[in-house]
Amino acid sequence: MSGPSDFQPTNPALKWIERRLPIMGLMHSSFVAYPTPRNLNYWWTFGAILSFMLGVQILTGVILAMHYTPHADMAFKSVELIVRDVNYGWLLRNIHASGASMFFFAVYIHMFRGLYYGSYKEPREVLWILGVIIYLLMMATGFMGYVLPWGQMSFWGATVITNLFSAVPYFGESIVTLLWGGYAVGNPTLNRFFSLHYLLPFVIAGVVVLHIWALHVAGQNNPAGVEPKTEKDTVPFTPYATMKDMFGVSCFLLFFAWFIFYMPNYLGDAENYIPANPAVTPAHIVPEWYYLPFYAILRSIPNKLAGVVAMFGAIIILAFLPWLDSAKTRSSKYRPLAKQFFWMFVVVCIGLGYLGAQPPEGIYVIVGRILTFLYFAYFLILLPLLARIEKPRPVPNSIADDVLAKTGGKPAPMVSTVIALMVAGGLLLGGAESARAAEGSTKPPAQKWSFSGPFGKFDRGAMQRGLKVYKEVCASCHGLSFVAFRNLAEAGGPGYSVAQAQAFASEYKVKDGPNDQGEMFERPGRPADYFPSPFPNEQAARAANGGAYPPDLSLITKARSYGRGFPMFLIDFFTQYQEQGPDYVTALLQGYEDKPPAGFNLPEGSYYNTYFPGHAIKMPKPLNDGQVTYDDGSPATVAQYAKDVTHFLMWAAEPHMEARKQLGMQVFVFLILLTVLLYFTKKKVWANAH
Amino acid sequence: MVPLVSQMNPDASTVAAGAPIEVDLTPIAEGQDIKVFWRGKPIYISHRTKKQIEEARAVSVSSLPDPQSDEQRVKPGHDQWLVVVGICTHLGCIPIAHEGQYDGFFCPCHGSVYDTSGRIRQGPAPTNLAVPPYTFVSDTKIQIG
Repeated sequence: MSGPSDFQPTNPALKWIERRLPIMGLMHSSFVAYPTPRNLNYWWTFGAILSFMLGVQILTGVILAMHYTPHADMAFKSVELIVRDVNYGWLLRNIHASGASMFFFAVYIHMFRGLYYGSYKEPREVLWILGVIIYLLMMATGFMGYVLPWGQMSFWGATVITNLFSAVPYFGESIVTLLWGGYAVGNPTLNRFFSLHYLLPFVIAGVVVLHIWALHVAGQNNPAGVEPKTEKDTVPFTPYATMKDMFGVSCFLLFFAWFIFYMPNYLGDAENYIPANPAVTPAHIVPEWYYLPFYAILRSIPNKLAGVVAMFGAIIILAFLPWLDSAKTRSSKYRPLAKQFFWMFVVVCIGLGYLGAQPPEGIYVIVGRILTFLYFAYFLILLPLLARIEKPRPVPNSIADDVLAKTGGKPAPMVSTVIALMVAGGLLLGGAESARAAEGSTKPPAQKWSFSGPFGKFDRGAMQRGLKVYKEVCASCHGLSFVAFRNLAEAGGPGYSVAQAQAFASEYKVKDGPNDQGEMFERPGRPADYFPSPFPNEQAARAANGGAYPPDLSLITKARSYGRGFPMFLIDFFTQYQEQGPDYVTALLQGYEDKPPAGFNLPEGSYYNTYFPGHAIKMPKPLNDGQVTYDDGSPATVAQYAKDVTHFLMWAAEPHMEARKQLGMQVFVFLILLTVLLYFTKKKVWANAH
Repeated sequence: MVPLVSQMNPDASTVAAGAPIEVDLTPIAEGQDIKVFWRGKPIYISHRTKKQIEEARAVSVSSLPDPQSDEQRVKPGHDQWLVVVGICTHLGCIPIAHEGQYDGFFCPCHGSVYDTSGRIRQGPAPTNLAVPPYTFVSDTKIQIG
C-alpha cells in the first residue's frame, strides 16, 4: 500500500497470477518491505495484538454460534450445555468471554499510546477517526455479546442500556420499542442482538482494513514524533516488526491464558449465573468493566438527557482530538506539561472506572462529578490551552539521532511497563468487584478447599458425601437441573463407575412420554436423565415455601459472591483466589442463629442468618448434627455436612474444573518456552539495528 | 426503506398479546400490593392505607420534580387504589414497593425514590412512575389497557 511494489515472483505460475492480480506484491509491500520507524517501542505492538484478538474472537465466536440457541427460554441453558457437554466447550467459551475483556484492555492501551505520542495529529487524522469508529463498533458488539448468555446481568444490562435511548426528546419511547421489538426486553431483542453480534465483528474487520490502509499511507508515528527522513530512520517490516510483534503477542497470550485457565470468572459478574428474570432487578446493575468510566459519567449528571449526551459525548469527543490539540510537537516526550497532564488524565479515567462500579450515593456522586468535569476539561480546556502556552523541548533531527542518543542510556523499560500494565489493568478490571459488596451481611470466612489454586483437584470422598447430603436434605426443595446422572461417572467428577451412576439413576422416577396411548408415564431414571426438580415450576416452589423461591443449585457456587474490597481483589488476581461462592455457601449453611441479635426485627416466617444479605432468610436451618449418616467415618456434624455439600456443588457448577487447570499448566509451559524463544530470536534480529 | 425499519417493531403476535387484561381487586388487603404483568411490564396495584393517602396529599405539588397531585394519579372515588407501571423512569429497573424514606417505591439501580403516589421525590429519574391506561369495570375489578 506504499506505492507500486517492485516485488517479482520467480515461479512462472505465481508470475501468471501476479500479472493479473498483484496480491503478492501488495502483501510484500505492506507487510514485508514496508518501512517501519526503527525507534518503535513495545507500546506499538498493541496494533498487532489487537488484530490477533479480533481473529481469536471471530474464530471462537463462529464456533460458539454453532452450539448456541438464541431464544429467551433456551439461551441460558444452551450456554451451560456448551460449557458442560461440548468437547472443549468450556475452553472456547472462556476464550471468547475473557477475550472480549482482553480486546478492550489492549484497545485502551493502544488508544492511550496514540494520545501520549500524538498519533492523531496531521497527517493521521483519518487514521485516528477510523480508530474511534472501530472503538464504537467494539462497544456495541461487546454489549450485545454480553446479553447473549441471558443471565440476570445480561437482561438488566440490556434494559438499562436500551433505555438510554428513551432520553431522546419526543421519539425516545418509539425508538426503544423499535430496538426491543416488543414492550420490554424479550425474545425478539435477544434474537436481533444475536444477529448483530454476529455481523458487527466483520464490520469491524472491514474498518480495520481501512485503518491499516490509512496507516500505511501516512506511515507509522513513533516515540520521537518526527517523520522518517532517510533510509537510516527505518527498518523493513519483516523481519524486524514481525518478530517484535510476535514476541509482544506471545507476552500478551501469557496474560490472556491466566484468565482463560485460572481466573475465568474474575472479570464476570456472579449475578450472570442466575437466569434472566424480568420480575427481579439485581441490587447493583454494573456493566462490564470496560464501560465503567462512561457509566460513571452517565450517572454523575443528575439530568437524564444530559447524562446520556455526556456519556456519548465522552466518546465522540475523541474524534475531534486532532483539532482540539493544535500543538505542533507530536510526542509528549518533548512536551513537559502535556506529559504530566496525560498521566493525570489516565488517573482520571481509572478513577471514573472505579466509581462506575460503586453504588450511586454519597461521596461517590460528588467525586464522580469532579472527575467527569476533569475528563471533559482535559479535551476542551487543557489541550487547546497547552498548545498555546506550552514551550516544548527541541525534538531530535531524525529518528536515527533519537536512537543513537538513547544507546548506552537506560534499557527499554520492559519490566516497569509490565508492572504498570498489570496494576493499571487490575485496578480497572477489579473495579467491578467492589460493586458486589453486599449490604447488611457479614463476610464469610475463607475456607481451605482442595480445588483452589493452579493444581487444585476435587476431593472424591467429600463429593460423594456431599452428594448424599444433597440427596437426603437439599433435594427436597432445591433442583440440580443442569447435572445429569451420567456426569457422576465422568472424569473429574465424584469418581463413581458407570454401573454405579446407572444404579443411582434408577432410584429416581422420571416422567417420560407421551406413549402410544398419548399418556405420560413414569419410568426409572437413566444415566442420560437430569436430576429431577422437586417442583414443577417456580410458582409451585414459591407457594410451597412461603413465597421464597429455593434456587436451583447447579450453579449456586458460581452465582453467589461477595465483595472482596480494595486492595484484596487485586491480590486475588495473583493468588487466584476465586472461592467466594463456596465460602459463602458453606458459611450460610452454618450461619443460623436461634435468636436474632437485640434490635433486629425478624419478619414472620423468616430465620436469622449471619451471612445472608439482610439476615432474614426464608429457608429454615437445613442441617443438624447426625442428620445424615456417613459410611466412611467422617464426623456427622453440620460443619462437615456444609463443607461436603459445597464441595459437591462446586463440582456441579463446574464439572470440568480439573481439566481446565491441567490444560492450563500445559499451555503455560508451552507459552513460556515460546516467549523465551521469541525473545532471543527478536534480539538476534534486532542486534544490528540498535 | 420502510419495511426494513418497520420489521423491527413489535410483531402481530406481540401486539395481540398486549391486549387489555382484567384484574380482580378483592384479594388485595389494605396496605398490600400486587404485581401483575401487562405487555411484559410489571404493574403495581397498591391498596393504600389512609395514612399513605394522607402522606401523598400532604405535600405541596409545586415542590415536586414532576408536579402532579395525587388526585390526578388515581381514579375519582377509588382513592385507595394506586396503579402504576413498576418501571423506573430513569433506566427501566424495577423499583421495590414499600421501600425508601417516602414509604413508596425505591429503585435499587440508581437510587431513585418514589412516594406513596408513585411520584419521583429524589434521585436521577426525571418523571413520576407512569400510570397505565385503566378503567374500573366494577368497584372490585379493573381493566388495564
